[in-house]
Amino acid sequence: MLVSTIVATLIPMQFAIPDFTPAIPEIFLLVGTCLVLLVDLFLKDSNRYVTYLLSQIVLLTTAVLVISGMNDVNMAEALQTTGKASLTTFSDMFVLDPMSQVLKVSILLITVGVFVYSRPYLKTRQMYKGEYFTLGLFAVLGMMIMVSAKTMLIIYLGLELLSLAMYAMVAFRRNDGRASEAGMKYFVLGAIASGMLLYGMSIIYGVTGSLHLDHIDNFMMGHDVMKNMGLLLGLSFILVGLGFKLGVVPFHMWVPDVYDGSPTAVTLFLGTAPKIAAFAMMFRLLVEGLDEMLLGWQQILSLLAALSLFIGNIIAIAQTNIKRMLAYSTISHMGFVLLGILAGTEVGYASSMFYIITYSIVAMGAFGIIILLSRDGYEADRLIDLQGLSTRHPWYAFMMMLFLFSMAGVPPTVGFYAKLSVLKAVVGAEVVWLAVFAVVMSVIGAYYYLRAIKLMYFDQPDEFVGDEELLVPAKSGFDFKLLLSVNGLSVLALGILPGALMSLCVLAVEASL
Amino acid sequence: MFEGNLLSILIWLPIIGGLILLFTGDKFAPRPIAFVFSVLTFLLSIPLWTDFNPVGHQMQFVELAPWIESFKINYHLGVDGISMPLILLNTFITVLIVIAGWEVIKHKPAQYMSAFLIMEGIINGVFAAQDSILFYVFFEAMLIPMFIVIGIWGGDNRIYATIKFFLYTFFGSVFMLISLVYMYSQADSFAIADFHTVKLGMTPQILIFLSFLVAFGVKVPMWPVHTWLPDAHVQAPTGGSVILAAVMLKIGGYGFLRFSLPMVPDASSELAWLVIFMSLTAIVYIGFIALVQNDMKKLVAYSSIAHMGFVTLGFFVLFPIVAKTGSAEGTLLGLQGGMVQMMSHGFISGAMFLCIGVLYDRMHTREITAYGGVSNRMPWFAGFFVLFAMANTGLPGTSGFVGEFMVILTSFKANFWIAFLAATTLIIGAAYTLWLVKRVIFGAVANDNVAALTDINKRETIILASLAFFVLLLGLWPEPLVHVMNDSLAHVIEQATTSKLGN
Repeated sequence: MLVSTIVATLIPMQFAIPDFTPAIPEIFLLVGTCLVLLVDLFLKDSNRYVTYLLSQIVLLTTAVLVISGMNDVNMAEALQTTGKASLTTFSDMFVLDPMSQVLKVSILLITVGVFVYSRPYLKTRQMYKGEYFTLGLFAVLGMMIMVSAKTMLIIYLGLELLSLAMYAMVAFRRNDGRASEAGMKYFVLGAIASGMLLYGMSIIYGVTGSLHLDHIDNFMMGHDVMKNMGLLLGLSFILVGLGFKLGVVPFHMWVPDVYDGSPTAVTLFLGTAPKIAAFAMMFRLLVEGLDEMLLGWQQILSLLAALSLFIGNIIAIAQTNIKRMLAYSTISHMGFVLLGILAGTEVGYASSMFYIITYSIVAMGAFGIIILLSRDGYEADRLIDLQGLSTRHPWYAFMMMLFLFSMAGVPPTVGFYAKLSVLKAVVGAEVVWLAVFAVVMSVIGAYYYLRAIKLMYFDQPDEFVGDEELLVPAKSGFDFKLLLSVNGLSVLALGILPGALMSLCVLAVEASL
Repeated sequence: MFEGNLLSILIWLPIIGGLILLFTGDKFAPRPIAFVFSVLTFLLSIPLWTDFNPVGHQMQFVELAPWIESFKINYHLGVDGISMPLILLNTFITVLIVIAGWEVIKHKPAQYMSAFLIMEGIINGVFAAQDSILFYVFFEAMLIPMFIVIGIWGGDNRIYATIKFFLYTFFGSVFMLISLVYMYSQADSFAIADFHTVKLGMTPQILIFLSFLVAFGVKVPMWPVHTWLPDAHVQAPTGGSVILAAVMLKIGGYGFLRFSLPMVPDASSELAWLVIFMSLTAIVYIGFIALVQNDMKKLVAYSSIAHMGFVTLGFFVLFPIVAKTGSAEGTLLGLQGGMVQMMSHGFISGAMFLCIGVLYDRMHTREITAYGGVSNRMPWFAGFFVLFAMANTGLPGTSGFVGEFMVILTSFKANFWIAFLAATTLIIGAAYTLWLVKRVIFGAVANDNVAALTDINKRETIILASLAFFVLLLGLWPEPLVHVMNDSLAHVIEQATTSKLGN
């Protein structure tokens, strides 16, 4: 009696119960992940597939929840009340808008693909443990929180959840020295980057008095921000932190070592979905929060983009290891993503979004091929392992060719439209020199992709003077092969009909800004 | 019958055929399948000529559908008098390539045929595209099958040649992409027709012109960016050389007519001297280089560069004439000459490479010194070879004469010395071609290998005879071809002489 009166009097006074609906997918994912974690404890090693299947179900259900999370009705309502097609909750700290939906669905589906590709790899290396999947799910949760964050604190929380899970995954193979080394490097540099980011955020908070991105933006509108030393300092630290997380020059040093040192299944994860989350973080921080400082970050991003395109493409030529080559190629691709952002227009943001999503699809496929070729005790991560692939596996060689041409940006693959849309935004923003620089660098980049295609198509496997095992056809499950084919053909299909995804990105950005 | 979407059929039918071949593989009669698809495509392309209305410059057989709406990119096809003959040339040459590869290609025949069919569709797309991004997509996509053709079925040094080919052309075309995107930002449309009318200042025009010059100049190829061509030709299999010389080089010339002249007329006029200088260098200097070649394919490759110099000369000699006389009168002949030269070079160079292929299949060498006295053992072949060689030197009565003559005639209007230098080709061209004929065909039988040669079989006779027919037809009666492209070329001149300098 007494208790209930106290509760009844306290609740309306202290706080209203927040609207949980926009966050249902995240809540479901958290619950589901905990459930997977619990179930996994009681499983024997031979039944590990239950963990795998449960994880996939959790991911797919979350994706469905995200898609159904905002229908036309409540979007229209939101448009009427706030003028934006977004729903916020938890004291405006968490936002659900079309852009976050598109990005979350991409993250979830790509993670589903990553798990499919990883399974045979983990199985053959005594790494088929529940931890890989639960850590992966926690990382996905972190990414989803980053995507939906509306205050700097939530961004940081999401980022740390993602990063901590990723550190553990990189060092997942305990008895492998290189993996531990990679994990250590990743952890130390990642922690420094997080520190930089947090420091920048705290300075911005100190000047503007708010962590909320909209409030920061409102504060800046009334001030001459480009003359405010505090804000400029904060911006610089935030950009350093973002640069580290995205892996752009000159903060790229960790990328090749971590890509190379991690087990391929982890590299596959690391190189795909978190990139999308990093894009979302950059979009939220720079475009939504620090929009008024456009002139400031535009200049710095131009420099970072130009350097990434240059260093990434040039150093990739010298690599003999595919994972390292793809690491440097990622650096150059991130340069392109920055180009779209720094254009500072809605079209530019949409083109960056298109770029990052399609790049993740392509990169996933390329790593999938590496896993397909590797076997127990043999990683198949050298370029020379591709030699004569068209004779050994004509179909998968064709898939790999599509991935490589897409990365090089040759039509009719999707990579061309990604580059075209970014270039269009950059030229539209009248930074033509940067566009010219970018295309010259992509011609240089084309060389090392062509070299890989040359190895697959023009060289014969019998010239190969190494492991006999390479000539044995790879054994992998039906799901793996099916997904790889779908992945490759989607690169072609999106290349022939990129319109739908492109419109989706444009709409998402327009509705969210 | 398929009036509404004939061009789409011409693009996609061979591509579908190529994909079918990829799936059926080598076991299931790859050659007949390829033959059926190529012949079908050729037959379907004939209505383009018969139903074409040569009056007026408007696009015909137009198809328009939205493709990427958020970018305003359309699937927009159409042909005029300039592109229509080139499509026919392409569909015709592809049939010959399929027949020519029938017995010769033993390694992965299905993939070989498939690559050429896909390439045929893509090249038709290049000529038919009326949207600049669609054009660019086809323009770039064309590189992939050619890259593979040279890389898999090429000679000993094929890897170097094919990567050089790819990177050269890729490097050239990316600058064009920037220009297209820039013009989009001015015209708010990617349609080629809208690019023709958008106003541009002089500095953008110059930069755009230079980017086009790099893109199309590499493709033509013009001196000094020609060095990929001899490598690619020497290393490519016969079919690859034929399609490269007969059709792909024409895309460069076509690009000048469709993009450079109408889109940036003021810059074209300003920099015409540069193109004319490059063309004359190609004609004279590359002609001398052809003279000293030991490899037959290399010789024909260099002679291609020299002959394509006439094409660009014919297109750009327009501007000095306008500057000198103040009117565009008489310049049409130069453009017509360039176009006739493109078609004629398509037949002649294709034939020359096929002839060399015939010899190579028997002797497995392209060294000129390995031959001598072939006419004693292969009289029919020698007859054809001499005919094509004569056409290559520009003998009246063959197609080679018509185009060159028209261009030289027009050049006289501009400047005596331009015409003089262009006309030296009649001496240099005759020198390297006839000397080649003398060393390979005539004389006593040089060695036992030549003595063991057998004359061309029925298949080879059909190929060479059909090409010989067109070489003579175009040489004796060029009127129908000139007639279909007349109005379209006149329109290009009108666009090229109207200043676009605005704002």
